[in-house]
Amino acid sequence: MEDGPETRAPLEEAPEGYAPSVAQQFAFYQRAGGILTPVLTAVFAFFIGGVVVLATGHNPWRTYKAIFEGAGLNWFFHFGNYAIDVPFTNHHVWFWWDTNTNHTAAYNLAQTLLTTTPLILTGLAVAFAFRCGLFNIGGQGQYIVGAIVAVYVGSRFTELAHVPHLLLGIMLAASAGALWGAIAGVLKATVGAHEVITTIMLNWIAYWGGSYLFARGGPLQSHVAKTPISDDVVNRAKLPVIWGTQALQGLHAGIFIALGALVVFYLIFNRTTLGYEVRAVGFNPEAARYGGISVGRNFVIAMAISGLFAGLAGALDILGWQYRLGVGDVQVSNIGFIGIAVALLGRNTALGIGFAALLFGGLLTGTSTRSLDPNIFPPELAGNLALMIQALVLLFVGADLLVLYVWQARRKLRFPRAGRAAKASA
Amino acid sequence: MNAVREARLTWFPTTRGLALGGILLGGFAFWLTLPPVNARAPWLPILVGLLAVAAGIWAVTRGVRRAGLGAVAAGIIGIGMGLLATRASEGNLAGVVVWSALLSSTLVWATPLTYAAIGGMLAERSGVVNIGLEGMMLSGAFFGLMGADKLGSWPLGLLCATVAGGGFALVHAFMSIHLRADQIVSGTAINFFALGATGYLYIQIYGANGTPGNIPRIPDVKLDFLGKVFGHLNLMIWLSFVLLILAHVTLFKTPIGLRIRAVGEHPRAADTVGISVYATRYAAVVISGMLAALGGAYLSIGFLGSFSENMTAGRGFIALAAVIFGNWRPFGAFAAALLFGASTALHFRLQIPWESESVLFQALPYVLTLIAVAGVIGRSIPPAAVGRPYVKQ
Repeated sequence: MEDGPETRAPLEEAPEGYAPSVAQQFAFYQRAGGILTPVLTAVFAFFIGGVVVLATGHNPWRTYKAIFEGAGLNWFFHFGNYAIDVPFTNHHVWFWWDTNTNHTAAYNLAQTLLTTTPLILTGLAVAFAFRCGLFNIGGQGQYIVGAIVAVYVGSRFTELAHVPHLLLGIMLAASAGALWGAIAGVLKATVGAHEVITTIMLNWIAYWGGSYLFARGGPLQSHVAKTPISDDVVNRAKLPVIWGTQALQGLHAGIFIALGALVVFYLIFNRTTLGYEVRAVGFNPEAARYGGISVGRNFVIAMAISGLFAGLAGALDILGWQYRLGVGDVQVSNIGFIGIAVALLGRNTALGIGFAALLFGGLLTGTSTRSLDPNIFPPELAGNLALMIQALVLLFVGADLLVLYVWQARRKLRFPRAGRAAKASA
Repeated sequence: MNAVREARLTWFPTTRGLALGGILLGGFAFWLTLPPVNARAPWLPILVGLLAVAAGIWAVTRGVRRAGLGAVAAGIIGIGMGLLATRASEGNLAGVVVWSALLSSTLVWATPLTYAAIGGMLAERSGVVNIGLEGMMLSGAFFGLMGADKLGSWPLGLLCATVAGGGFALVHAFMSIHLRADQIVSGTAINFFALGATGYLYIQIYGANGTPGNIPRIPDVKLDFLGKVFGHLNLMIWLSFVLLILAHVTLFKTPIGLRIRAVGEHPRAADTVGISVYATRYAAVVISGMLAALGGAYLSIGFLGSFSENMTAGRGFIALAAVIFGNWRPFGAFAAALLFGASTALHFRLQIPWESESVLFQALPYVLTLIAVAGVIGRSIPPAAVGRPYVKQ
């Protein structure tokens, strides 16, 4: 244990003197068991959630089955003879699955993908900063700021045409998120203020700022309604719906933007100088500084790009299906916080984040009042169950070291030499 | 950093006194425009506020940076708030500014923050960041109420709250001390778990009817000779004053406090002279969870007498802000808690005439803390080893 890979540098060598590099821990995660540990983590978290369900007098098997069906994931297992429309034409093509959203499974799946879209982006918002050795806990604030700007642009500037209006809304919202994130980056780079503290403060400023803007008598409160809610986004600023209908909250085209962001994330880190510099700073800021990389500049850029992803998530939710924002929405939403669990479970890699976002999107949709069968499990309880599962995932991801201890102890018991070798190479 | 600490020791008492006077003068500028004085002329707050600014600048040039800049800020805020007040109608002002009500409301809202902030400060002084304060407060609020309800007395309720908060803190301590997990991740996990678990149990046990109305409450202390405000304070408020003094004395005047600070500043050195880093940190973190839970229990069985889902609504994070704003000192944290409590109290008093604007007072603690960590009003310096796991050698 004394010479394990997890041993940290002595105190004096740390440049900031506050927290240890998150990236060191992350690098350690990467080496510690590949895809196996995240899968085990999730399984274990769901298992303990099941124990809670059992202990409170419900049937865990039926509950999880209902959540699975509420998430629409059973859709994949019903094959048949169906057809889909080819876009922009009148033709139909044969298809394996039933895409009619009047049927429950397809509708629920569309809802799951609708929730997955912002989760991918808020997951990326956490992951990008992580790669730079920063813990961006402020995804929620950046998401809210993006949503506020999106609803402002979407409900004003009514003389614009469809495409420019949509692009303006998305771009301004993403920039607002980037600015909100960059505040924390600048404070870190100039005065060394810890990003966890500053992003927590920025989260709550965004939370109460949003509550102020849409409260009764607030500057952005609707002129028509008497409730604390904004004006509606005009039709021309809405994202096109690609699956289902707009009236029934169909899946919007924003999912392609989210998937595109995953690709961009992958490309930045694997094909560009920027990604190389950010990673270098993340692994060891001192070494990066000696190598001629401006550490402060990369802190600011990484936080700005993180904020951009989160702001984009806010924009897509507003212009894609919510179309309005109220005090209640600002205060209840926790998409940005779930992004932390998505990023950590997905090991901060593009592919991992995609799957983790789908898992949490399914969990959120499956436990919502809309989708869960109330005869099997009360949805009010299920929402809290989802929170607990999410917390357990975070807890177990944090406790990876425990998994590794057990793993190594087991190996050591069986093959004393192999155990030592594995430890040296781990 | 040592230079900064030493600089703090060599201030001139008179200059510092003047700077503190400037801060008071800034508040005085605002006070003049409020009932019962009710000055309506805008030049009055401007004049007094400028005096405060001048005192602050003078102090800064004499080397008392933190308090001096504080006086400048207080002067500017005093002028701004004073001008706003002179523009508001007298009827609205009279309705909002009832000093006794504001003061008692401030104490009520500051108390949960004081408990959690002193707890958080203790954990950070020992070198462990406790982001989970919010979750521990929430669990204290729920289990305190459930204990008081099911066991039929409020002391048992408080006991349940401390056990729940201490239990969550023990998980956090185990994760961050033995497993060396990231303390932020672990704290965030605890926040979510407490939110989910209390919400789940609340619905499972109390359901749609909410908590019953006849829950045993923590009593008020009747001391009529102390007047209207202090004569009817809740027991927990008086205990928070005791806790404050206890925390200050323990941290700065006893060997235990020295150990806690040593472990937080330089664990290796502490270990070398025979202090158990792990034991000290475990104790500090568990006590911090218990204190946060007491703060939450005050909210549910001391003040409101009921529980609702997510009822702490970010107070744990305000407590965290108070720790930073108070520069990791008990009295500093208490002063910050009072300031933040006053801001919450103002929010509720202002709601009637100015519904949306009053919300901004809820954001004030976070804005002030952001300014404080940005180093505008002197730098806030955390304990050197905070957030770093320690590896025994």
